[in-house]
Amino acid sequence: MRVLRWFLGLLVAAVVVLVWERATTWMRAAEIEGSVFFPPPSEIVSKLHTLWFSGPADRLFLTDAAYADLLPSMGRLLTGWSIAAVAGILLGVALGRSRTFSQYIDPLLQFGRAVPPPMLITVFIAMFQMGTQMQLVTIVFGVIWPVLLNSVEGARSVDAKFLDSAVVFGLTRVQRLTRVILPAAAPKISAGLRLSLSLALILMVISELVGSTDGIGRHLLLSQRRFELADMWAGILLLGVLGIILNAVFLAVERRVLAWHRQARQVI
Amino acid sequence: MIVARLLRGAVGVAGFLGLAEVATRTGFVNLPPVSDVLVKAPDVLLDPGFHADVAATMTAWAVGLALAIVTAVPAGMVLGVLAPAEWAVRPVLEFLRPIPSVALIPLVMLVLADDLRVKVAIIVYACTWPLLLNTMYGMRDVDPVAKETLRSFGFGSLAVLGRVSLPSAAPFIATGIRLSASIALILAVSAELLAGGQYGIGVYTVRAGTSADNVALILCAVLWTGLIGLIINTVLVRTERWLFGWREQLT
Repeated sequence: MRVLRWFLGLLVAAVVVLVWERATTWMRAAEIEGSVFFPPPSEIVSKLHTLWFSGPADRLFLTDAAYADLLPSMGRLLTGWSIAAVAGILLGVALGRSRTFSQYIDPLLQFGRAVPPPMLITVFIAMFQMGTQMQLVTIVFGVIWPVLLNSVEGARSVDAKFLDSAVVFGLTRVQRLTRVILPAAAPKISAGLRLSLSLALILMVISELVGSTDGIGRHLLLSQRRFELADMWAGILLLGVLGIILNAVFLAVERRVLAWHRQARQVI
Repeated sequence: MIVARLLRGAVGVAGFLGLAEVATRTGFVNLPPVSDVLVKAPDVLLDPGFHADVAATMTAWAVGLALAIVTAVPAGMVLGVLAPAEWAVRPVLEFLRPIPSVALIPLVMLVLADDLRVKVAIIVYACTWPLLLNTMYGMRDVDPVAKETLRSFGFGSLAVLGRVSLPSAAPFIATGIRLSASIALILAVSAELLAGGQYGIGVYTVRAGTSADNVALILCAVLWTGLIGLIINTVLVRTERWLFGWREQLT
Protein backbone atom coordinates (compact mmCIF):
# COMPACT_ATOMS: atom_id res chain seq x y z
CA MET A 1 0.00 0.00 0.00
CA ARG A 2 2.76 2.38 1.02
CA VAL A 3 4.77 1.52 -2.07
CA LEU A 4 1.71 2.09 -4.26
CA ARG A 5 1.17 5.51 -2.67
CA TRP A 6 4.73 6.59 -3.32
CA PHE A 7 4.75 5.17 -6.81
CA LEU A 8 1.52 6.97 -7.74
CA GLY A 9 2.72 10.29 -6.33
CA LEU A 10 6.11 10.18 -8.01
CA LEU A 11 4.55 9.06 -11.29
CA VAL A 12 2.23 12.08 -11.29
CA ALA A 13 5.13 14.40 -10.38
CA ALA A 14 7.20 12.97 -13.24
CA VAL A 15 4.30 13.40 -15.69
CA VAL A 16 3.79 17.01 -14.56
CA VAL A 17 7.48 17.84 -15.15
CA LEU A 18 7.48 16.06 -18.51
CA VAL A 19 4.34 17.83 -19.74
CA TRP A 20 5.75 21.14 -18.52
CA GLU A 21 9.02 20.50 -20.39
CA ARG A 22 7.25 19.49 -23.62
CA ALA A 23 4.71 22.32 -23.45
CA THR A 24 7.28 25.06 -22.83
CA THR A 25 9.65 23.73 -25.51
CA TRP A 26 6.78 23.58 -27.98
CA MET A 27 5.57 27.08 -27.02
CA ARG A 28 9.05 28.43 -27.60
CA ALA A 29 9.44 26.67 -30.97
CA ALA A 30 6.03 27.93 -32.10
CA GLU A 31 6.95 31.43 -30.89
CA ILE A 32 3.74 31.76 -28.94
CA GLU A 33 3.38 35.08 -27.16
CA GLY A 34 4.32 34.80 -23.49
CA SER A 35 6.48 31.71 -23.98
CA VAL A 36 9.48 33.82 -22.93
CA PHE A 37 8.08 33.93 -19.36
CA PHE A 38 8.07 30.15 -19.01
CA PRO A 39 11.47 28.54 -19.67
CA PRO A 40 11.58 24.72 -19.80
CA PRO A 41 12.29 23.08 -16.40
CA SER A 42 15.52 21.51 -17.72
CA GLU A 43 16.84 25.00 -18.41
CA ILE A 44 15.82 26.20 -14.92
CA VAL A 45 17.58 23.28 -13.22
CA SER A 46 20.76 23.69 -15.26
CA LYS A 47 20.69 27.42 -14.45
CA LEU A 48 20.33 26.60 -10.75
CA HIS A 49 23.39 24.36 -11.06
CA THR A 50 25.62 26.80 -12.99
CA LEU A 51 24.65 29.80 -10.87
CA TRP A 52 25.22 28.37 -7.42
CA PHE A 53 26.38 24.74 -7.33
CA SER A 54 29.11 24.39 -9.98
CA GLY A 55 31.98 25.50 -7.74
CA PRO A 56 35.14 23.51 -6.92
CA ALA A 57 34.89 20.47 -4.64
CA ASP A 58 37.01 22.00 -1.87
CA ARG A 59 34.41 24.75 -1.50
CA LEU A 60 31.51 22.27 -1.20
CA PHE A 61 30.70 22.88 -4.90
CA LEU A 62 29.41 26.34 -4.06
CA THR A 63 30.20 29.15 -6.52
CA ASP A 64 31.20 32.70 -5.59
CA ALA A 65 27.62 33.75 -6.34
CA ALA A 66 26.39 31.17 -3.82
CA TYR A 67 28.61 32.75 -1.15
CA ALA A 68 27.34 36.20 -2.14
CA ASP A 69 23.61 35.29 -2.33
CA LEU A 70 22.98 32.27 -0.14
CA LEU A 71 25.11 32.90 2.93
CA PRO A 72 23.93 36.46 3.76
CA SER A 73 20.29 35.43 3.21
CA MET A 74 20.54 32.33 5.40
CA GLY A 75 22.50 34.26 8.04
CA ARG A 76 19.82 36.91 8.35
CA LEU A 77 17.02 34.35 8.29
CA LEU A 78 18.51 32.25 11.08
CA THR A 79 19.65 35.22 13.19
CA GLY A 80 16.26 36.93 12.95
CA TRP A 81 14.42 33.71 13.72
CA SER A 82 16.67 32.95 16.73
CA ILE A 83 16.19 36.42 18.22
CA ALA A 84 12.43 36.16 17.74
CA ALA A 85 12.43 32.66 19.25
CA VAL A 86 14.27 33.68 22.43
CA ALA A 87 12.28 36.89 22.92
CA GLY A 88 8.97 35.21 22.06
CA ILE A 89 9.47 32.29 24.44
CA LEU A 90 10.64 34.49 27.34
CA LEU A 91 7.82 37.01 27.01
CA GLY A 92 5.26 34.34 26.14
CA VAL A 93 5.97 32.17 29.19
CA ALA A 94 5.89 35.23 31.46
CA LEU A 95 2.54 36.28 29.98
CA GLY A 96 1.17 32.75 30.17
CA ARG A 97 1.99 32.41 33.87
CA SER A 98 0.69 35.80 35.00
CA ARG A 99 -2.94 36.60 34.22
CA THR A 100 -2.61 40.21 35.44
CA PHE A 101 0.50 40.91 33.37
CA SER A 102 -1.14 39.44 30.27
CA GLN A 103 -4.23 41.63 30.74
CA TYR A 104 -2.01 44.73 30.65
CA ILE A 105 -0.26 43.64 27.46
CA ASP A 106 -3.07 41.89 25.58
CA PRO A 107 -4.47 44.84 23.52
CA LEU A 108 -0.95 45.74 22.38
CA LEU A 109 -0.29 42.14 21.33
CA GLN A 110 -3.57 41.85 19.44
CA PHE A 111 -2.80 45.07 17.59
CA GLY A 112 0.83 44.23 16.85
CA ARG A 113 -0.14 40.86 15.45
CA ALA A 114 -2.72 42.45 13.13
CA VAL A 115 -0.26 44.86 11.45
CA PRO A 116 0.96 43.34 8.16
CA PRO A 117 4.78 43.28 8.69
CA PRO A 118 5.61 44.65 5.19
CA MET A 119 3.81 47.89 6.19
CA LEU A 120 6.64 48.55 8.61
CA ILE A 121 9.49 48.01 6.15
CA THR A 122 9.38 51.67 5.08
CA VAL A 123 9.40 52.72 8.74
CA PHE A 124 12.35 50.45 9.49
CA ILE A 125 14.22 51.84 6.47
CA ALA A 126 13.72 55.35 7.92
CA MET A 127 14.94 54.13 11.33
CA PHE A 128 17.94 52.01 10.35
CA GLN A 129 18.70 52.80 6.66
CA MET A 130 18.86 49.99 4.11
CA GLY A 131 20.80 46.95 5.13
CA THR A 132 21.12 44.03 7.47
CA GLN A 133 19.81 45.76 10.61
CA MET A 134 16.60 46.81 8.87
CA GLN A 135 16.14 43.30 7.48
CA LEU A 136 16.71 41.67 10.87
CA VAL A 137 14.19 43.94 12.56
CA THR A 138 11.63 43.17 9.82
CA ILE A 139 12.14 39.43 10.24
CA VAL A 140 11.99 39.58 14.05
CA PHE A 141 8.82 41.70 14.07
CA GLY A 142 7.15 39.46 11.50
CA VAL A 143 7.93 36.04 12.97
CA ILE A 144 7.71 36.69 16.72
CA TRP A 145 3.89 36.38 16.86
CA PRO A 146 3.42 32.63 16.36
CA VAL A 147 6.16 31.84 18.93
CA LEU A 148 4.81 34.39 21.40
CA LEU A 149 1.17 33.37 21.18
CA ASN A 150 1.92 29.65 21.26
CA SER A 151 4.22 30.12 24.28
CA VAL A 152 1.46 32.03 26.08
CA GLU A 153 -1.01 29.26 25.36
CA GLY A 154 1.46 26.51 26.26
CA ALA A 155 2.47 28.10 29.57
CA ARG A 156 -1.14 28.90 30.45
CA SER A 157 -2.42 25.37 29.92
CA VAL A 158 0.13 23.56 32.12
CA ASP A 159 -1.72 20.91 34.14
CA ALA A 160 -2.36 22.35 37.63
CA LYS A 161 -1.63 18.92 39.14
CA PHE A 162 1.94 19.04 37.82
CA LEU A 163 2.50 22.45 39.39
CA ASP A 164 0.93 21.43 42.71
CA SER A 165 3.12 18.32 42.84
CA ALA A 166 6.16 20.46 42.10
CA VAL A 167 5.30 22.73 45.04
CA VAL A 168 4.77 19.73 47.31
CA PHE A 169 8.15 18.31 46.34
CA GLY A 170 9.72 21.65 47.29
CA LEU A 171 10.92 22.75 43.84
CA THR A 172 12.06 26.36 43.72
CA ARG A 173 10.52 28.86 41.29
CA VAL A 174 13.39 28.45 38.83
CA GLN A 175 13.17 24.66 39.02
CA ARG A 176 9.42 24.79 38.45
CA LEU A 177 10.02 26.91 35.36
CA THR A 178 12.76 24.75 33.85
CA ARG A 179 11.52 21.31 34.97
CA VAL A 180 7.73 21.66 34.76
CA ILE A 181 6.46 24.69 32.85
CA LEU A 182 8.91 24.77 29.93
CA PRO A 183 8.74 21.00 29.22
CA ALA A 184 4.93 21.04 29.47
CA ALA A 185 4.71 23.99 27.08
CA ALA A 186 7.38 22.60 24.72
CA PRO A 187 5.08 20.94 22.13
CA LYS A 188 3.05 24.14 21.68
CA ILE A 189 6.19 26.32 21.57
CA SER A 190 7.68 23.98 19.00
CA ALA A 191 4.62 24.28 16.75
CA GLY A 192 4.98 28.07 16.94
CA LEU A 193 8.70 27.89 16.13
CA ARG A 194 8.01 25.81 13.04
CA LEU A 195 5.42 28.25 11.74
CA SER A 196 7.83 31.12 12.40
CA LEU A 197 10.59 29.43 10.45
CA SER A 198 8.52 29.33 7.25
CA LEU A 199 7.39 32.92 7.87
CA ALA A 200 11.04 33.95 8.31
CA LEU A 201 11.81 32.72 4.78
CA ILE A 202 8.97 34.88 3.42
CA LEU A 203 10.08 37.97 5.34
CA MET A 204 13.71 37.45 4.39
CA VAL A 205 12.71 37.50 0.72
CA ILE A 206 10.43 40.55 0.98
CA SER A 207 12.99 42.55 2.96
CA GLU A 208 15.65 41.72 0.38
CA LEU A 209 13.36 42.57 -2.51
CA VAL A 210 12.67 46.02 -1.05
CA GLY A 211 16.10 47.03 0.11
CA SER A 212 19.27 44.97 -0.05
CA THR A 213 22.68 44.85 -1.68
CA ASP A 214 22.97 41.06 -1.55
CA GLY A 215 20.94 37.91 -0.98
CA ILE A 216 18.55 35.71 -2.94
CA GLY A 217 15.81 38.36 -2.96
CA ARG A 218 18.27 40.80 -4.52
CA HIS A 219 19.12 38.16 -7.14
CA LEU A 220 15.40 37.84 -8.01
CA LEU A 221 15.05 41.59 -8.40
CA LEU A 222 18.18 41.92 -10.58
CA SER A 223 17.16 39.07 -12.88
CA GLN A 224 13.71 40.64 -13.20
CA ARG A 225 15.24 43.98 -14.24
CA ARG A 226 17.57 42.27 -16.72
CA PHE A 227 14.63 40.21 -17.99
CA GLU A 228 16.52 36.97 -17.37
CA LEU A 229 13.59 34.66 -16.77
CA ALA A 230 15.57 31.43 -16.30
CA ASP A 231 17.68 33.12 -13.57
CA MET A 232 14.51 34.24 -11.83
CA TRP A 233 12.89 30.78 -11.97
CA ALA A 234 16.13 29.29 -10.66
CA GLY A 235 15.95 31.68 -7.69
CA ILE A 236 12.35 30.67 -6.99
CA LEU A 237 13.29 26.99 -7.23
CA LEU A 238 16.21 27.55 -4.84
CA LEU A 239 13.88 29.20 -2.30
CA GLY A 240 11.45 26.29 -2.56
CA VAL A 241 14.28 23.81 -1.92
CA LEU A 242 15.50 25.91 1.02
CA GLY A 243 11.98 25.89 2.47
CA ILE A 244 11.83 22.09 2.24
CA ILE A 245 15.29 21.68 3.80
CA LEU A 246 14.58 24.08 6.68
CA ASN A 247 11.32 22.30 7.47
CA ALA A 248 12.92 18.83 7.28
CA VAL A 249 15.82 19.84 9.57
CA PHE A 250 13.39 21.40 12.04
CA LEU A 251 11.20 18.28 12.11
CA ALA A 252 14.25 16.03 12.64
CA VAL A 253 15.45 18.16 15.58
CA GLU A 254 11.94 18.33 17.02
CA ARG A 255 11.57 14.55 16.86
CA ARG A 256 14.77 14.20 18.90
CA VAL A 257 14.04 16.92 21.43
CA LEU A 258 10.41 16.01 21.99
CA ALA A 259 10.92 12.22 21.89
CA TRP A 260 10.16 12.00 25.62
CA HIS A 261 6.84 13.73 25.02
CA ARG A 262 5.63 11.19 22.47
CA GLN A 263 6.65 8.31 24.72
CA ALA A 264 4.86 9.84 27.70
CA ARG A 265 1.73 10.21 25.60
CA GLN A 266 1.88 6.59 24.45
CA VAL A 267 1.99 5.26 28.02
CA ILE A 268 -1.22 7.10 28.83
CA MET B 1 -13.91 41.28 36.10
CA ILE B 2 -14.36 42.59 32.56
CA VAL B 3 -14.01 46.18 33.78
CA ALA B 4 -10.72 45.34 35.50
CA ARG B 5 -9.52 43.65 32.33
CA LEU B 6 -10.43 46.60 30.09
CA LEU B 7 -8.87 49.00 32.58
CA ARG B 8 -5.64 47.04 32.65
CA GLY B 9 -5.59 46.91 28.85
CA ALA B 10 -6.06 50.69 28.70
CA VAL B 11 -3.29 51.19 31.26
CA GLY B 12 -1.02 48.93 29.19
CA VAL B 13 -1.68 50.90 26.00
CA ALA B 14 -1.24 54.25 27.80
CA GLY B 15 1.99 53.04 29.40
CA PHE B 16 3.32 51.91 26.03
CA LEU B 17 2.43 55.23 24.40
CA GLY B 18 4.04 57.13 27.29
CA LEU B 19 7.27 55.14 27.04
CA ALA B 20 7.29 55.51 23.25
CA GLU B 21 6.73 59.27 23.60
CA VAL B 22 9.75 59.60 25.88
CA ALA B 23 11.87 57.39 23.62
CA THR B 24 10.98 59.35 20.47
CA ARG B 25 11.14 62.86 22.05
CA THR B 26 14.59 62.25 23.47
CA GLY B 27 15.77 60.83 20.14
CA PHE B 28 16.56 57.44 21.68
CA VAL B 29 14.40 55.92 18.94
CA ASN B 30 14.84 57.54 15.54
CA LEU B 31 11.11 58.12 14.83
CA PRO B 32 8.80 61.15 14.93
CA PRO B 33 7.25 61.78 18.40
CA VAL B 34 4.25 59.57 19.16
CA SER B 35 2.05 62.56 20.01
CA ASP B 36 2.68 64.03 16.53
CA VAL B 37 1.62 60.73 14.96
CA LEU B 38 -1.56 60.58 17.05
CA VAL B 39 -2.46 64.17 16.11
CA LYS B 40 -2.08 63.38 12.41
CA ALA B 41 -3.92 60.04 12.59
CA PRO B 42 -7.46 61.50 12.19
CA ASP B 43 -6.32 63.61 9.21
CA VAL B 44 -5.03 60.51 7.45
CA LEU B 45 -8.27 58.68 8.22
CA LEU B 46 -10.30 61.51 6.66
CA ASP B 47 -7.98 61.99 3.68
CA PRO B 48 -9.83 60.96 0.44
CA GLY B 49 -6.51 59.89 -1.07
CA PHE B 50 -6.01 57.37 1.75
CA HIS B 51 -9.59 56.12 1.21
CA ALA B 52 -8.71 55.31 -2.42
CA ASP B 53 -5.62 53.43 -1.19
CA VAL B 54 -7.56 51.42 1.38
CA ALA B 55 -10.27 50.67 -1.21
CA ALA B 56 -7.67 49.40 -3.72
CA THR B 57 -5.99 47.13 -1.16
CA MET B 58 -9.26 45.78 0.23
CA THR B 59 -10.61 45.09 -3.29
CA ALA B 60 -7.58 42.95 -4.07
CA TRP B 61 -7.92 41.32 -0.63
CA ALA B 62 -11.59 40.45 -1.13
CA VAL B 63 -11.28 39.23 -4.74
CA GLY B 64 -8.16 37.18 -4.00
CA LEU B 65 -9.59 35.62 -0.85
CA ALA B 66 -12.91 34.80 -2.55
CA LEU B 67 -11.19 33.20 -5.55
CA ALA B 68 -8.93 31.16 -3.25
CA ILE B 69 -11.94 29.96 -1.22
CA VAL B 70 -14.01 28.85 -4.22
CA THR B 71 -11.07 26.93 -5.73
CA ALA B 72 -9.13 25.56 -2.76
CA VAL B 73 -12.05 24.45 -0.56
CA PRO B 74 -13.69 22.17 -3.20
CA ALA B 75 -10.24 20.87 -4.17
CA GLY B 76 -9.51 20.13 -0.51
CA MET B 77 -12.84 18.30 -0.20
CA VAL B 78 -12.05 16.08 -3.19
CA LEU B 79 -8.55 15.33 -1.91
CA GLY B 80 -9.85 14.72 1.61
CA VAL B 81 -12.49 12.22 0.45
CA LEU B 82 -10.61 10.42 -2.32
CA ALA B 83 -7.44 8.98 -0.81
CA PRO B 84 -5.89 7.91 -4.16
CA ALA B 85 -6.26 11.45 -5.51
CA GLU B 86 -4.42 12.73 -2.46
CA TRP B 87 -1.60 10.19 -2.90
CA ALA B 88 -1.28 11.21 -6.54
CA VAL B 89 -0.83 14.94 -6.00
CA ARG B 90 0.90 14.90 -2.59
CA PRO B 91 4.53 15.15 -3.84
CA VAL B 92 3.66 17.97 -6.25
CA LEU B 93 1.85 19.88 -3.47
CA GLU B 94 4.66 19.27 -0.98
CA PHE B 95 7.07 20.85 -3.41
CA LEU B 96 4.92 23.86 -4.33
CA ARG B 97 3.88 24.73 -0.78
CA PRO B 98 7.29 25.79 0.66
CA ILE B 99 7.94 28.27 -2.20
CA PRO B 100 7.62 31.64 -0.45
CA SER B 101 4.72 33.44 -2.12
CA VAL B 102 6.53 36.81 -2.15
CA ALA B 103 9.30 35.29 -4.29
CA LEU B 104 6.72 34.96 -7.07
CA ILE B 105 5.91 38.70 -7.09
CA PRO B 106 8.75 39.71 -9.50
CA LEU B 107 7.75 36.94 -11.92
CA VAL B 108 4.00 37.65 -11.77
CA MET B 109 4.76 41.37 -12.28
CA LEU B 110 6.30 40.53 -15.66
CA VAL B 111 3.59 38.09 -16.76
CA LEU B 112 0.58 40.17 -15.65
CA ALA B 113 1.17 43.88 -16.14
CA ASP B 114 -1.96 45.08 -14.32
CA ASP B 115 -1.31 45.68 -10.60
CA LEU B 116 -4.72 44.47 -9.36
CA ARG B 117 -4.21 41.18 -11.22
CA VAL B 118 -0.71 40.81 -9.76
CA LYS B 119 -2.07 41.26 -6.23
CA VAL B 120 -4.98 38.87 -6.79
CA ALA B 121 -2.76 36.17 -8.33
CA ILE B 122 -0.27 36.31 -5.44
CA ILE B 123 -3.04 36.30 -2.83
CA VAL B 124 -4.74 33.28 -4.44
CA TYR B 125 -1.44 31.36 -4.47
CA ALA B 126 -0.63 32.14 -0.84
CA CYS B 127 -4.16 31.52 0.52
CA THR B 128 -4.58 28.23 -1.33
CA TRP B 129 -2.34 26.35 1.13
CA PRO B 130 -4.03 26.99 4.49
CA LEU B 131 -7.46 26.57 2.85
CA LEU B 132 -6.55 23.36 1.03
CA LEU B 133 -4.79 21.71 3.97
CA ASN B 134 -7.38 22.67 6.57
CA THR B 135 -10.21 21.40 4.35
CA MET B 136 -8.33 18.13 3.75
CA TYR B 137 -7.75 17.58 7.47
CA GLY B 138 -11.35 18.48 8.22
CA MET B 139 -12.72 15.97 5.72
CA ARG B 140 -10.45 13.26 7.07
CA ASP B 141 -11.38 13.98 10.67
CA VAL B 142 -15.06 13.07 10.12
CA ASP B 143 -16.35 10.48 12.59
CA PRO B 144 -16.52 7.19 10.60
CA VAL B 145 -19.31 5.84 12.84
CA ALA B 146 -21.55 8.79 11.94
CA LYS B 147 -20.93 8.18 8.23
CA GLU B 148 -21.58 4.45 8.53
CA THR B 149 -24.75 5.10 10.52
CA LEU B 150 -26.16 7.32 7.80
CA ARG B 151 -25.17 4.81 5.12
CA SER B 152 -26.84 1.94 6.93
CA PHE B 153 -30.03 4.01 7.03
CA GLY B 154 -29.84 4.01 3.24
CA PHE B 155 -28.54 7.52 2.58
CA GLY B 156 -26.44 7.99 -0.57
CA SER B 157 -22.89 9.40 -0.70
CA LEU B 158 -24.13 12.92 -1.49
CA ALA B 159 -26.40 12.92 1.55
CA VAL B 160 -23.52 11.67 3.73
CA LEU B 161 -21.34 14.46 2.36
CA GLY B 162 -23.97 17.14 2.97
CA ARG B 163 -25.26 15.96 6.33
CA VAL B 164 -22.14 14.60 8.05
CA SER B 165 -18.87 15.39 6.31
CA LEU B 166 -19.44 19.06 5.50
CA PRO B 167 -20.86 20.13 8.88
CA SER B 168 -18.06 18.21 10.57
CA ALA B 169 -15.33 19.78 8.41
CA ALA B 170 -16.83 23.29 8.55
CA PRO B 171 -14.87 24.48 11.63
CA PHE B 172 -11.59 23.45 9.98
CA ILE B 173 -12.55 25.32 6.81
CA ALA B 174 -13.44 28.39 8.92
CA THR B 175 -9.99 28.29 10.55
CA GLY B 176 -8.44 28.12 7.08
CA ILE B 177 -10.44 31.16 5.99
CA ARG B 178 -9.39 33.13 9.09
CA LEU B 179 -5.69 32.34 8.53
CA SER B 180 -6.01 33.19 4.84
CA ALA B 181 -7.66 36.53 5.58
CA SER B 182 -4.58 37.84 7.39
CA ILE B 183 -2.18 36.23 4.89
CA ALA B 184 -4.08 37.93 2.05
CA LEU B 185 -3.65 41.35 3.67
CA ILE B 186 0.10 40.78 4.15
CA LEU B 187 0.52 39.79 0.50
CA ALA B 188 -1.60 42.64 -0.83
CA VAL B 189 0.69 45.09 0.97
CA SER B 190 3.86 43.22 -0.11
CA ALA B 191 2.80 43.26 -3.76
CA GLU B 192 2.03 46.97 -3.51
CA LEU B 193 5.47 47.72 -2.07
CA LEU B 194 7.13 45.98 -5.02
CA ALA B 195 4.78 46.31 -7.97
CA GLY B 196 3.65 49.83 -7.11
CA GLY B 197 0.53 50.69 -9.06
CA GLN B 198 -1.63 53.76 -8.58
CA TYR B 199 -3.41 53.06 -5.29
CA GLY B 200 -2.95 50.82 -2.27
CA ILE B 201 -1.96 51.03 1.40
CA GLY B 202 1.50 49.73 0.49
CA VAL B 203 1.73 52.32 -2.31
CA TYR B 204 0.86 54.99 0.28
CA THR B 205 3.92 54.10 2.38
CA VAL B 206 6.20 54.16 -0.68
CA ARG B 207 4.75 57.44 -1.94
CA ALA B 208 5.18 59.09 1.47
CA GLY B 209 8.95 58.56 1.35
CA THR B 210 11.26 58.63 4.34
CA SER B 211 11.48 62.26 5.51
CA ALA B 212 10.57 62.75 9.20
CA ASP B 213 7.16 64.30 8.50
CA ASN B 214 6.28 61.54 6.12
CA VAL B 215 7.34 58.78 8.50
CA ALA B 216 4.64 60.13 10.83
CA LEU B 217 2.14 59.73 7.98
CA ILE B 218 3.33 56.17 7.34
CA LEU B 219 2.90 55.37 11.04
CA CYS B 220 -0.68 56.67 10.83
CA ALA B 221 -1.27 54.33 7.89
CA VAL B 222 0.27 51.49 9.94
CA LEU B 223 -2.11 52.32 12.79
CA TRP B 224 -5.22 52.23 10.60
CA THR B 225 -4.10 49.12 8.71
CA GLY B 226 -3.49 47.37 12.02
CA LEU B 227 -7.00 48.30 13.11
CA ILE B 228 -8.46 46.99 9.83
CA GLY B 229 -6.59 43.72 10.37
CA LEU B 230 -7.78 43.58 13.97
CA ILE B 231 -11.42 44.16 12.96
CA ILE B 232 -11.27 41.48 10.25
CA ASN B 233 -9.77 38.99 12.67
CA THR B 234 -12.23 39.79 15.48
CA VAL B 235 -15.24 39.49 13.15
CA LEU B 236 -14.02 36.12 11.87
CA VAL B 237 -13.25 34.77 15.36
CA ARG B 238 -16.68 35.90 16.63
CA THR B 239 -18.42 34.37 13.60
CA GLU B 240 -16.60 31.09 14.16
CA ARG B 241 -17.63 31.06 17.81
CA TRP B 242 -21.22 31.91 16.93
CA LEU B 243 -21.45 29.23 14.24
CA PHE B 244 -19.54 26.45 15.94
CA GLY B 245 -19.87 27.32 19.63
CA TRP B 246 -22.23 24.36 20.16
CA ARG B 247 -19.37 22.05 19.22
CA GLU B 248 -17.15 23.22 22.06
CA GLN B 249 -20.00 22.74 24.53
CA LEU B 250 -20.32 19.12 23.36
CA THR B 251 -16.72 18.19 24.11
